[in-house]
Amino acid sequence: MWGPLGATALGLYLEKLAGYLLPASVLEQASVRRIAALLPIALLAAIVAVQTVGSGRGVALDARIPGLAVAVVLLSRRANFLVTVVGAAATTAIVRHLGWMA
Amino acid sequence: MARTDPDAPASTAWRIERAALLRTSLVVATAVAVYGLSFGALAVAAGFSLAQTCAMSLFMFNGASQLAFVGTLGAGGSMLVAVASALLIGARNASYGVRLAPLLGIRGLRRMLAAVVTVDESTALAMANERADDRGRAGRFGFWSAGVAVYLLWNLTTVIGAIAAQHLGDPRALGLDSAVAAGLAALVWPSLRDAATRRAAAVAALVAIALTPVAPAGVPVILAGLVAVAVVVRVDRALPSRSAALPRDAFGTAA
Repeated sequence: MWGPLGATALGLYLEKLAGYLLPASVLEQASVRRIAALLPIALLAAIVAVQTVGSGRGVALDARIPGLAVAVVLLSRRANFLVTVVGAAATTAIVRHLGWMA
Repeated sequence: MARTDPDAPASTAWRIERAALLRTSLVVATAVAVYGLSFGALAVAAGFSLAQTCAMSLFMFNGASQLAFVGTLGAGGSMLVAVASALLIGARNASYGVRLAPLLGIRGLRRMLAAVVTVDESTALAMANERADDRGRAGRFGFWSAGVAVYLLWNLTTVIGAIAAQHLGDPRALGLDSAVAAGLAALVWPSLRDAATRRAAAVAALVAIALTPVAPAGVPVILAGLVAVAVVVRVDRALPSRSAALPRDAFGTAA
């Protein structure tokens, strides 16, 4: 685990440093800026989806779904990060504890 | 009224502004601290040791990348895919450096230190306070104060969260498996006000789910992200032009 951890740390640092060394013209292009803005959000949305219904090499509908649903409701009501995360985890835990979903 | 000399060591106006910038940095760092607690707990719940969890916050110092790394390996993804996901998410930091280089105007060791704390919050505070009439002094101060405050609190709360998680029971019984998704959803949420970004997120989520049964863990996420961005950029080109959105603050803070 330490190898990939170190590689990621080094890579992330070089990305940060690269910005200071690159000629400004590279990132002045609208399309590059657009992609730089969209890509993290798209990747994070994909991770949210997989973390919610993915189960190894398959899809499983379980107590994580009501958990995420509660998170979305809380976010739409401007709940902060902690409330959102705890609300989602508690929902999943309760649904599971009651045996409604796996 | 005479303009204040921007180079005066500590004029009253500058002292007041500096205190305000420090306060804002602390508010931003407090919001990040909550996230640090969650990250520490989730990394330990996903099977990382305390030392590994702390090393991630110390040396990666990029919340979304760290969660993606932990989430991918926790879900059984290969190491290569975990590294790739984290680096793709961190790529936006390069655009921050380009933006900040002229403001900070530093070289050598200080530039290498600046790169460490070049994250969403420090960039946001620098850009929000960048002005011509003080030769960028407030912007530079905002960058360093937010960067250092967030770095310290992020690492402190990672340790606390990780130690707390070692004393928790079964992560599934506590619903921690939905906490990663909820935490990442909270990060994404502020960016979804933009319609094109919303489209990209929806496309990415659907493609990722569709690919999950047919591709190794982690790969659907990367493919879905790339496909979604390609689709949305194409649609954007077909529609009337709009200004490119600046990278949003992915920690969801209001800096």
